[in-house]
Parts: sequence; structure tokens; C-alpha cells
Amino acid sequence: MQNLKIKIGKLELKNPVISASGTFGCGKEYNEFFDVNKLGAIVTKTITPKERVGNPPPRVSETPCGMLNAIGLENKGIDNFIKDNSEFLSSLKTNVIISISAEGTKEFCAMAEKLQSQKFVAGLEINMSCPNLGHAPGKMCAQDAKSAKEVVFAIRKKTSLPLIAKLSPNVTDITEIAVSCQDGGADAIALINTFPAMGVDINTKKPLLGNITGGLSGPAIKPIALKMIWDCYNAVKIPIIGIGGIMTWQDAVEFILCGASAVQVGTSNFVNPVSCDEIITGIKNYFDKNKLKNVSELRGKLKI
Amino acid sequence: MIRLKTKIISNEKVSQDVRKMAIYAPEISVEIKPGQFIHVKCGDNSRPLLRRPFSVHCYSGDAVEILYKLKGEGTKILAQKKPNEAIDIMGPLGNGFEIKPSGAILVAGGIGVAPLVALIDEMNKKSKTTVLIGAKNSEEILCSEHFKNKGAEVIIATEDGSLGKKGLITASLENLAKQLPNETEIYACGPNAMLKEVSDIAAKNNLNAQVSLEEHMACGIGVCLGCAVKTKSGYKMVCKDGPVFNSQELDW
Repeated sequence: MQNLKIKIGKLELKNPVISASGTFGCGKEYNEFFDVNKLGAIVTKTITPKERVGNPPPRVSETPCGMLNAIGLENKGIDNFIKDNSEFLSSLKTNVIISISAEGTKEFCAMAEKLQSQKFVAGLEINMSCPNLGHAPGKMCAQDAKSAKEVVFAIRKKTSLPLIAKLSPNVTDITEIAVSCQDGGADAIALINTFPAMGVDINTKKPLLGNITGGLSGPAIKPIALKMIWDCYNAVKIPIIGIGGIMTWQDAVEFILCGASAVQVGTSNFVNPVSCDEIITGIKNYFDKNKLKNVSELRGKLKI
Repeated sequence: MIRLKTKIISNEKVSQDVRKMAIYAPEISVEIKPGQFIHVKCGDNSRPLLRRPFSVHCYSGDAVEILYKLKGEGTKILAQKKPNEAIDIMGPLGNGFEIKPSGAILVAGGIGVAPLVALIDEMNKKSKTTVLIGAKNSEEILCSEHFKNKGAEVIIATEDGSLGKKGLITASLENLAKQLPNETEIYACGPNAMLKEVSDIAAKNNLNAQVSLEEHMACGIGVCLGCAVKTKSGYKMVCKDGPVFNSQELDW
């Protein structure tokens, strides 16, 4: 009998399929399409210490085999988030991982402490695509190894919750950042976030996004994501959560073969509201067919 | 709201670049209201990747119909589909029009006529209804017979003067608005510039206007926060808070 359970730090997931931050809300809407408790975990939309109104429209646009977005982390702030969603999130029978972002280490730590006391919180995902904290001005945390390590380390000291560091692909060497997050005390790394990107409408001569630039996601980025997961698999010991254009169970299996312990499904939710459910079923069938008993028998087992 | 893998009943040419598609969807047809929309997966692969939102044009029995203009990749693929072919839709989505018992003015710009057909079908036939249809030329004036058959007075304007009055339909609305009782409700769908004008005319004449907006969408269910529109109380989502908004609520 197969067992798809995986562990991220002390956190146990019943299967390796997780909904990606910003693509699933709190799960309430998608719960109308399938039982979201089937998921290994839900990562909620990134919250920040204070309310953010978000970017001017248009905020999304289509590109070949992908989409651009520049939502601008619109959210009501951590306090309203807890007030508005704790009842629903507490009712779930899957792990609720809260994605957090802040502009400074202190703010990150304050958020972690606040969330630590909430019973519905199973873990934290640190959205490292936040402005840098001083070591490399103009860069994001996820682009500077020293800052990345410091942020993770500071949050680690404040909470016993499992910590996932979400990395940006927009770096020279992603393994360097991955190792820094591991050294800082992350229980897992999740990669990749969207690629910085833009598009142009030649008729209006305007950018496709109100924010001019945004992030590229979807099938277009999958091959790059796979390569980065493979690189990180060979560089860190902690579990890797693979993200980037996963639309089908076959895509998920590719990520696991490249070293991912789990996967996050993002853009695909917009295309097919039951895609997470279908990916879970597909992985189960693949394991049955190939007589695999657990994820570790597949993880990183790329034949080279 | 549900996601339905279903089939196409018919897909007919209405004009050079407009098609009407009927989709077998009894579960959606029974629920949907005028102004709400369905979210359609146009292709079978990742190009185009995202669904496309279409207002419901008509619904009866087992079918929901959409009226769509060939604008981009998605609609071009849709236009090639044949009866009995598979199609993947989500719906009903969005809020829909709030039908008031008072007299009604319907204002359509181009393909914006689509949801107003569903609206008049649902309206109380006793109240007086005037339908204003504007477009670039006579070929783009759609559904006028349908409105007449419903007992509505129809006023047409085209930019090139090939049918009805020459000029913008909002000029006709401006003239009409002065004579209307204040409880008259305006329902409009069309290009943003037209809707802004409708909003201004409504405000000037103390009339209430409901406008149906269009915006690029990803999820269609209020999750991704992609289809933001600026309102006087901050950003709202066209897919979930709309697509129909009170015109005075919007920050034009």
C-alpha cells in the first residue's frame, strides 16, 4: 500500500500537493469545486503587517503558455486576515501554511510571533521577494545570501513553526540562496517564485500591466524551474518544494524526479479549478502503477 | 458555481466577426442571472492558457448562450468549434444586474449588447423599456429585432451613420435622459469610454445606472485579485464584486 505522506520539519503532509500562495486565497472559493482538505497543505495569499491596496490595473495578462501578474500583494494586513479567516481556516482538515512578507526583519518576526499563537497555523512560508534589508540595497532578500540567511535566522529564533523559505529565480546562483536559507534554519525551501517580466501592446504602445513589470508564471517557466530544483537538490539537505508551471500530475512527477519532496500548484488553479485534486489522483495512480510505496522512492531518482 | 466539462450545441455566425454559441449546461442555466458570466477554456492546451469570461447572452432549458466577438487568440479558437465538440466552462460567476421594477433604459455599445438580451428576457414586460444600441457601423448593430419583439422601443446610432442616427449612442441617451422620471434605471454594457459617459449623464440627470465592466481575468472567482477596478472605496474585483457596478461607485 502506497503512502504519500511527506514531512517538512515536524509538519506531516498527507500528500505532496500544496496550493501555491496567491493562487488559492484561503481555499474557500476552491472548496466549492473540490474538497480542499484533500490537499497536503494550503499556502494562503501573502499577508503583510499592514494593509496593501495593490497595483493599478491591468494586473494580469496572458503571454504564450504563461501569464503575467502584478497584483502588488493586495491584502488587508495580518490583523484583518486573522479576524476574517481564522474561523474558516480553523475548520480545515489540512495544513494551513501562512505566506508572510515584510519590509524588515523586526516586522517579519512580529508577524511570526502573532501567527505562532493562532491554532490554525501549521507553518509559515517566508515570501523572500521583499525589499532588501540593507546588505544589498535595491535587491530583494531572495537575491542576497546574507540577507536571506539573516531573515530566516531571525524568524527561526521567534517561532517553533515549520519555516519554508520561498525563493526567487532572479539570481545568479540559486543554490547559494538555498544554502543560506538552510543555514538560517529553514525547514524547507520552495522554488521558484515568478520571473520578473513584462509585455507590450503594440496597438496602444502601452505595457500589458499597469505596474509596467510583473512576474511570469505558468507552463512557460517549467523547464527553468525543474533545472533550479535539480541544482538545489544537489546542494541542500532540507526538503525542496517545487513550483513553476505545474499543470498536471505528470508535471508534478517530473519535479519529484528532479528532487522535490512536494510541489505547489499555482497558475493551474486559474485554468482548471480542480487541478490540485486531479494532480493528487494522478500521482496516486502513478505510484500504484509503478509499485512505488513512498515519495522518497521517487524523489531525485532522475536516471543519469 | 460549478465547473462543467460539457458540449457545444451550436456555434453560429451572426456577423463577420461575431458568433453565438449555445452550450449544454442545465446546471448553470437554472442558476444563472442576467449580467453574470461563464468562464470558458477556449483551447485544449496552454495556448491560450487562461479562461475567457463571457456574459450570458441567453439561457433557457438546458442551454446557456454566449455572444462573442472575434478579438484575439481565444475567440478565434472558439469560432472554429463545431456542435457536439467538448467545452470546459465555469459558472455562473459574478453578481449580475439588479432588476428594478421601474422603467428601464438599456444602453449597448457594440458587443456589449450581449448581456442586455438576457436582461430584457428577464424583465417585467409591463414596465416601459427603451433600448439604445450604438456601434461603429450597421453590421455591428446586433439583436435590435429581439428587443423590438420584447416590446421595447429601440434607438440606434452608428458612428458612420450607416444605420440610425450618426454619432455616438450616448448623444441619444443625453437627449432622452432629460425627459425621464428619476426612478428610471439605466443598465449599460459596452466600451469603458461609453460607460463613463453613461455614468456622467446618469449623474447629471439624477438617474441610477448599473454598468457591466470588462477586465482581464485569471481565476474568475475572486481569488487572484487580478481583475481590479478602481472604485470610490478602493479596488474591487470585476469577477466577484462585479461585473455589474453602480456607476456612481466607480472611480472613473
